[in-house]
Amino acid sequence: MLQINELRAAIDDKEILKGLTLEVKPGEIHAIMGPNGSGKSTLANVLTGRDIATVTHGSIIFEGRNLLEMSPEERAREGIFLSFQYPIEIPGVSMVNFMKTAINEQRKHRGLDPLSASEFLRQMREKKELVEIDSALTNRSVNEGFSGGEKKKNEIFQMAMLEPRLAVLDETDSGLDIDALRIVANGVNKIRRPDTSVIVITHYQRLLEYIIPDYVHVLYDGRIVRSAGPELALELEERGYDWIRKEADITEESWTTDQK
Amino acid sequence: MDYRPEVIDRLSSMFATGRDTFLKDSPELFNRYRESAFGDFLHLGIPDRKNEAYKYTNLEKFLNHQYDDYYFPRPEDFREAERFHCEVEDLDVWNMVLLNGFFPNGEKGLVMLPGGIWVGSMRYAVKQFPALVEKHYNRYIEDGNDGLIPLNTALASDGLFIYAPKNTVYTKPIQIVNLLHSDKDIFVQDRNLVVVEEGAQLSLLSCDHAISPQRFLTNTITEVYVGRNARFEIIRVQNQHNNSGKITHTFIHQERDSYASSNNVSLHGGLVRNATWHHLGGENSETHSYGLFLADKEQHIANFVKVDHTAPNCNSTQLFKGVLDDKSSGAFNGRIMVHKDAQKTNAFQSNNNIILSETARMDTKPQLEIYADDVKCSHGATVGQLDENALFYLRSRGIDAREARLMLMFGFAHEVIQNIPIEALRERIDDLVHKRLRGELSRCASCAVQCN
Repeated sequence: MLQINELRAAIDDKEILKGLTLEVKPGEIHAIMGPNGSGKSTLANVLTGRDIATVTHGSIIFEGRNLLEMSPEERAREGIFLSFQYPIEIPGVSMVNFMKTAINEQRKHRGLDPLSASEFLRQMREKKELVEIDSALTNRSVNEGFSGGEKKKNEIFQMAMLEPRLAVLDETDSGLDIDALRIVANGVNKIRRPDTSVIVITHYQRLLEYIIPDYVHVLYDGRIVRSAGPELALELEERGYDWIRKEADITEESWTTDQK
Repeated sequence: MDYRPEVIDRLSSMFATGRDTFLKDSPELFNRYRESAFGDFLHLGIPDRKNEAYKYTNLEKFLNHQYDDYYFPRPEDFREAERFHCEVEDLDVWNMVLLNGFFPNGEKGLVMLPGGIWVGSMRYAVKQFPALVEKHYNRYIEDGNDGLIPLNTALASDGLFIYAPKNTVYTKPIQIVNLLHSDKDIFVQDRNLVVVEEGAQLSLLSCDHAISPQRFLTNTITEVYVGRNARFEIIRVQNQHNNSGKITHTFIHQERDSYASSNNVSLHGGLVRNATWHHLGGENSETHSYGLFLADKEQHIANFVKVDHTAPNCNSTQLFKGVLDDKSSGAFNGRIMVHKDAQKTNAFQSNNNIILSETARMDTKPQLEIYADDVKCSHGATVGQLDENALFYLRSRGIDAREARLMLMFGFAHEVIQNIPIEALRERIDDLVHKRLRGELSRCASCAVQCN
């Protein structure tokens, strides 16, 4: 489904991703963990087409197509969804109008007719229940005046409405209390179809208690330095990231030495 | 070269040749003030950039033009006006048309609506309610520096009169359509007076349309008295053509426990300048001033607002927004003045603008002047482009860049539109703004002028 090969990306000439390789197959859940500044959010930006970072090397293939040549809206229509770490408030744009436009643009892309008003409202109702989002919120402007937890729920609500094939959850757990975390995580589990893939970007292990990953990768200094099963997340929770840092730096040194 | 001496010569000759007409055909009250007002105009001259309130507004293009002689309507002029129908669906209003600032003759000049509110022509009002008009006419004007104000007093011969006696309520809005129609270029001066007495309620919708392509310049004064515990709303929809200029001076005088709101929506018009003065003259009053404009091509749209807090415990809001494209320009000059007795004042002011092209220009000047010590005031102004983060957020959900931009602009505008108190009109304005932002013709369908 998704192949990231030797990806290098820079922000303002500073290289952030330094040769990242990752393959995600249909239905798999991958957790990407790592200390602050390791490049987690940059990866999310590059996947969804935010032009903050410039890709300098490597490739990303999604369903056989070159993702890097696609605009953000094309990627979304092809089935990529980003749950934002910091969802944006958009005063004056109603949630209803926003969702209706987004769904219908995606349907158009797939050669489908726009949803009827009643079908759209039915879906809104159904998906709202799924993520336990307050009805009043969806009558407001996009994220305007929402609390941190409501914003995150709203991201998952949008994911439920748009039914992506690959969801990228960027620090969806940050700022959530335990109840909200459970609701959000359960929402993700309920939305997922068997072939939906998920990349969970997170600093902590606690979200992974609910969204159980098939693989856990540690991103450090722009590279995946370790990959394993879900037990790696627990190990990180216990031991922190320092040992990863040390190991990685040693490898780096020996690698550098080898080159000489 | 200074164009103004020549314009003053032209206006002097308009005043001189018009004298025969207005002295014969207009009310004594109007005529009483004319000579001294014209003297004031000659003394003050045409406002230029040295006048703080006109610093960013150049009147030359519309003032420096050879308009026809003093306009006074002939009966046949009204034929076109009678054919005009407002196209807003489901808009349940009581409707009246003014042509070039005059009420149709022949009709009854003043009518009483169910509930006891009087609406009609200033000329008839002077005859029917002489004491009332005398008490309020020319009483609420505040700007002693703007020569265009005495110019209106010197030249106006008619206008809208509304009188809501004590405790009267008319449930529907009163709609006035200001039509401009002529086979000559004309300079129109209308003079309006609205008196909302104690406990009365009134909602006024004023729509501007130019239905012939001639050059028009309108210089309007509207004086509004809002009595104790009374409520007044005015909504202006300015949708003329770009060969037409509109300058309004609105003075809203409020007594204690009263409520007033003003909403100016400026869509088309080569030059639009709205000056709105809110005078909070009694305790516990509330006043709101809203404005939205969309400008493109070479339009210039200016809003001047002053909210005067002279009494304690009053609340005020100013919310003005503009979207500017092409070579258009805009100006905002907003002022909150809190006098020393106006303790517990709550005053808010905000002006936000979006610039879509490199050649558009916006000047904004928010001002606060506070002489009381227990007040809450805030003000702010922004001029910028669309929010890139918001744009990406919409696109990341599959919405294409163009549509996302439109949604953001529309959302930006809607924050002002949502304050329009009439639902059918709110929807209509939403629709007009939508079409305008999409580059589709947004003018009322009955308009024959294809100015785009």
